[in-house]
Amino acid sequence: MSTLIGPALAADLRRRGGFDAQACMGCGYCTAACPLGIDMLPRRLFRYVLFGMDAEVRAELETVFSCLLCRACEQSCPAGVHITDNVRTLRGWLLEEGR
Amino acid sequence: MALPTRDVAGILADNLRLRGSVLPIPARQATRWARELDLPKGGSTVLYTGLMYQLIPCIERLVTIERWAGDTPLARFTGLGRRLNRLVNGVAFVPRPSARERAEYDRVPADVARLLHRAGVEFGYLYEDDLYAGTLAWDLGADEAVAIHARRVVARLRRHGVREVITIDPHTTNMLRSVYPKLVDGYDIRVRNYLEVLAERGLDFPAPVHDRVVIHDPCVYARYENVVEPPRKLLAAAGLDAGEPAASGRLTWCCGGPAEALYPARAAAVAAGRVAQLRETAPECVTMCPICLVNLRKAGDGMRFRDISGYLARAAGIPGATGTAGQADPPPAPGGR
Repeated sequence: MSTLIGPALAADLRRRGGFDAQACMGCGYCTAACPLGIDMLPRRLFRYVLFGMDAEVRAELETVFSCLLCRACEQSCPAGVHITDNVRTLRGWLLEEGR
Repeated sequence: MALPTRDVAGILADNLRLRGSVLPIPARQATRWARELDLPKGGSTVLYTGLMYQLIPCIERLVTIERWAGDTPLARFTGLGRRLNRLVNGVAFVPRPSARERAEYDRVPADVARLLHRAGVEFGYLYEDDLYAGTLAWDLGADEAVAIHARRVVARLRRHGVREVITIDPHTTNMLRSVYPKLVDGYDIRVRNYLEVLAERGLDFPAPVHDRVVIHDPCVYARYENVVEPPRKLLAAAGLDAGEPAASGRLTWCCGGPAEALYPARAAAVAAGRVAQLRETAPECVTMCPICLVNLRKAGDGMRFRDISGYLARAAGIPGATGTAGQADPPPAPGGR
């Protein structure tokens, strides 16, 4: 199955409330710090967004909404990514998609 | 099994937009705690509760219903429930929490008010205009509904001539101090938390409490609002032997509570992990957030959890304070964990 890659989704999210996932280096400190042990967030999820893979992002709805927004990940992030702000922005997009 | 995420989140956002709170409760229920305090209405400085503590018994009832409904065919009708809730406030049909369930959570704002009076702070209260700040809807990404609500809250503050608010929980503190300035043009309300105010003012503690306790820092105080030292300073002044768990301060570990509205089982798993950490330091824990208090208590399994206001009130000699030794925990909501 092929996936069409494009910048539209990331651009839409940046307009909504800021989305700085392009700074993510994929180091995985965030995943190691997550109290929920979510391995999807945020590395792969953010890549889905940056590549414009809408369907893959929609499929992770439960992952996005189960994030605690506790910022343990941000405390560990060497790139200073605003991970919880990005997650909140994604939630808003997912809620609107479902209207 | 959890109820459909979009529908539950949608109901909460609809409630904020239509009724001014994600869980609309009657004003008399939200302001009951202030009945005996004779606080003036409004003024340049007000105690702003944001209803977080008062809402906890209602939240617990709803989570119990949600857990039950999630395992039944009713879960398929959550979307219909959302449409009906737009017409009629569904919270009105939730069984009312008992007086005993409400008592401890109503006691927190009352203890805070008495502590501020002891410290010589003058303040008023907005009564029915003390509105929920919109935390849960903001966390869910319902920014448009929260922006409209924030303007409503600020209009009421301005109508009463408020220049400064003193908050009592981390979530309301974060919304009013760090989120509202992004949502409301010309926002100029000074926001301080009561722990910051008391730590700065200093307070006499004529009846020091020498209990051994462990501190649980809420994520929002520690990592969003940098409120780490004031509670420690106050607990030490009140005589408590307050120990640190392995994860504390800015490296604190979440209580799991933020997941409870949508995924109660996940919230319980995180809480159980945190309780195991806390238990290694002391069998009694000081909390500073209503969400942490209720979520950790449910996973507590023999540990005792109390809000910091109760310990401080007890050490300040305020009669009937919630931190009084030997007081029983309130009963869990029927069917709760």
